[in-house]
Amino acid sequence: MLELSALFHGFAVVLSPFNMLLMLIGIVLGVIIGVLPGLGGANGVAILLPLTFTMPPTSAIIMLSCIYWGALFGGAITSVLFNIPGEPWSVATTFDGYPMAQQGRAGEALTAAFTSSFVGAFFAVLMITFLAPLVARFALKFGPPEFFAVYLLTFCSFIGMGKGSPFKTLASMMLGFALAAVGMDTVTGQLRLTFGFHDLMRGFDFLIAVIGLFGIGEILLSMEEGLSFTGKTAKIDLKVVISTWKKLPAYWLTSLRSTLIGIWMGITPGGATPASFMSYGVAKRMSKDGGKFGSGQIEGVIAPETAAHAAGTSALLPMLALGIPGSPTAAVLLGGLLIWGLQPGPLLFVEQKDFVWGLIASMYLGNLAGLIVVLTCVPLFAAILRVPFSIIAPVIVVICAIGAYTVHNAMLDIWFMMLFGVMGYFFKKLDYPLAPLVLALVLGDRAEDSFRQTMLISQGDLRIFYSNWLVGSITGLALMMLFWPVLSKVIGRLRDA
Amino acid sequence: MTQKTTATRAGNRSVLLRRICLGAGIAGAAIVGAAIVGAAPALAAGWEPTKPVEFIVPAGTGGGADQMARLLQGIITKNNLMKQPMIVVNKSAGAGAEGFLAIKEAKGDPNKIVITLSNLFTTPLATGVPFNWKDLTPVAMLALDQFVLWVNADTPYKTAKEYLDAAKAAGPNKFKMGGTGSKQEDQIITVAVEKAAGVKFIYVPFKGGGDVAVQLVGKHIDSSVNNPIEAVAQWRAGQLRALCVFDGERMPYKSKVTATMSWNDIPSCKEAGVGVDYLMLRGIFMPAGVTKEQVDFYVDLFKKVRETAEWKKFMEDGAFNATFMSGPEFTKWVEKTESTHKDLMREAGFLAKP
Repeated sequence: MLELSALFHGFAVVLSPFNMLLMLIGIVLGVIIGVLPGLGGANGVAILLPLTFTMPPTSAIIMLSCIYWGALFGGAITSVLFNIPGEPWSVATTFDGYPMAQQGRAGEALTAAFTSSFVGAFFAVLMITFLAPLVARFALKFGPPEFFAVYLLTFCSFIGMGKGSPFKTLASMMLGFALAAVGMDTVTGQLRLTFGFHDLMRGFDFLIAVIGLFGIGEILLSMEEGLSFTGKTAKIDLKVVISTWKKLPAYWLTSLRSTLIGIWMGITPGGATPASFMSYGVAKRMSKDGGKFGSGQIEGVIAPETAAHAAGTSALLPMLALGIPGSPTAAVLLGGLLIWGLQPGPLLFVEQKDFVWGLIASMYLGNLAGLIVVLTCVPLFAAILRVPFSIIAPVIVVICAIGAYTVHNAMLDIWFMMLFGVMGYFFKKLDYPLAPLVLALVLGDRAEDSFRQTMLISQGDLRIFYSNWLVGSITGLALMMLFWPVLSKVIGRLRDA
Repeated sequence: MTQKTTATRAGNRSVLLRRICLGAGIAGAAIVGAAIVGAAPALAAGWEPTKPVEFIVPAGTGGGADQMARLLQGIITKNNLMKQPMIVVNKSAGAGAEGFLAIKEAKGDPNKIVITLSNLFTTPLATGVPFNWKDLTPVAMLALDQFVLWVNADTPYKTAKEYLDAAKAAGPNKFKMGGTGSKQEDQIITVAVEKAAGVKFIYVPFKGGGDVAVQLVGKHIDSSVNNPIEAVAQWRAGQLRALCVFDGERMPYKSKVTATMSWNDIPSCKEAGVGVDYLMLRGIFMPAGVTKEQVDFYVDLFKKVRETAEWKKFMEDGAFNATFMSGPEFTKWVEKTESTHKDLMREAGFLAKP
């Protein structure tokens, strides 16, 4: 119980009025950052980092990590209300969150999203509190082949997402891979598919594609339908929070599974985005209502949000214990640690007890404070849907454009966003699924890098994917996921026979 | 009655105050700039930035150049060294080409500066993207970054010679060297080591130096040429072993970093029998077409930064070679280093085909 006494010491550090105030400011700032697409948590933390140089390191990390929690919460808001993911990890939340909003259940979807986020984060912090050294050692086992196996598992658990033709899913995914290949190739150090245009060097950023495909695409569709906003206004008050909470315990299994996926992906470090996709895919596969996913199932909101938050939280563990950031935001925080004169790495837990346990204590309190802040605002957020579409649509377009611009400070990206918007419109009209494209775009180049690193290490021998129990079992699981539809049919036939 | 009204009013005011505090926090990032304008002491006459200075980092967030840029921003802000605020912007696409092209296009704009790493030389040579340091105005060299040959502490190799002999005995393409990026400094050093020792590694490129260090601790690769700051945490924890530093002489820092060793205790590769030395430029450049007065302002600014305790501590923690250069001396150094890179990369076959 050494951890418990250390933790209580941590609470004592955090519970000063100054630190509590910073925590609140951090959460509010984070939610704002999360709501604005493009201005991600990493950018937000980077912009505010210099502000903290004059603070004691513990206060500084409390504020910055609270921005991070706030951004994790905030990302869900626009996904549910407008089908525009504020952050990459909330893309999967749109699949069921937005249909729920269209059915007048925006309050319910938001409450479910926020509460699940909290649950995911809470269990991830518990894990950090008690298992940190053990888990950190596990993360060291991940080399390139293991990373590729994890990405493969993400793709495979997501196949069968599209309700339509599997060939359409495949076409969409391949287009995503092609777009992901544009830009710098890490392995050869050469520019690819830029056709001599220097602006293409940046490649197609995932965020710009998402803002265009989802945000602008949705607005084009609504315009075609004569500006009638499909979101029904529902009775909005705080009671919706209580009534949703009554429903949530029934989905404990989904929550547990998503938490585990999230923690695992956060540590490995796959990050919050693949965690949310994988969790959604697995929930759809395992749930008895799996067929109804995408039509406004509350489970389809719980699964990605729980996993994203669990991953986002546990991503801080490899940063503290190993000095490798599990997410871009963690990378900026890592820079902060160095500037404050702290050295992340195996000795941080030994040398900087105040700092580490103060941070962990602030994870508990910050998430709780965040939950309270966002839940009390649920009616406020849901009320946005009452604004007539002809007023809100231009506002959304402007916010989308600002978001796309902020990613790289490049005007061209706004044109790309428009182009992706038109593409999103045609995809929806022709009934091609968008999700596989987005997934391939966000993970495509990382999967490619780790595959080619693996091939360098093994000198082209594919057997490396079965060379130890860890990579072997992940690869095996991935292949099982891929062939599950076929397998279950065969098993069913055998039973009948 | 009157009393009650007063009390209510006081209550209202405190609520208002709290709101203002919160508002101040939210707008903090913007306000800091304004606050500095008001608080800064008057500087000596001469040119000064007329609007916020954009500090371009031609690399991703969290890497060595990014850390240094953000530290500079912090030191300048904290010590009121400049009236205008400084904004760090990452432009990392195309191995930094994005950032350098932005400076090239900003000809004559004195409110933009860029921090460089070796990609100032390697990126145009390897990718053929049309820029050269001659498109920029050299301002100052802040420091030179060292490279160290690291192995996992569980391996039996105590010296560079033992390790390279083992690699030689195992035959070509058996030992794995991890590094940051492709056809950049880490791979250039690897090729130089291969030539000097007559070995052949499998070079595995990763996205960042932190990844490389952790991959080495996890034994997924056999060695790395990380910068000191990228691997110091693992070194102190006894997970990595430093074999030699790629420089003609040892690093000067003599205070203990690990339980038993200081940076100075690591032998130079020259004395370890591997005649390879390579130092990476951490320097500041401006767009072309700026006046001497404008360049002098930044030279003076970074001279003041060098005097601060924070900067000195950062230099020691990262075991940097703290050489400072500016003016013609620096330009000459850059010229020489470019031709060295051209030779190294031609020998390694890394030059872009025209």
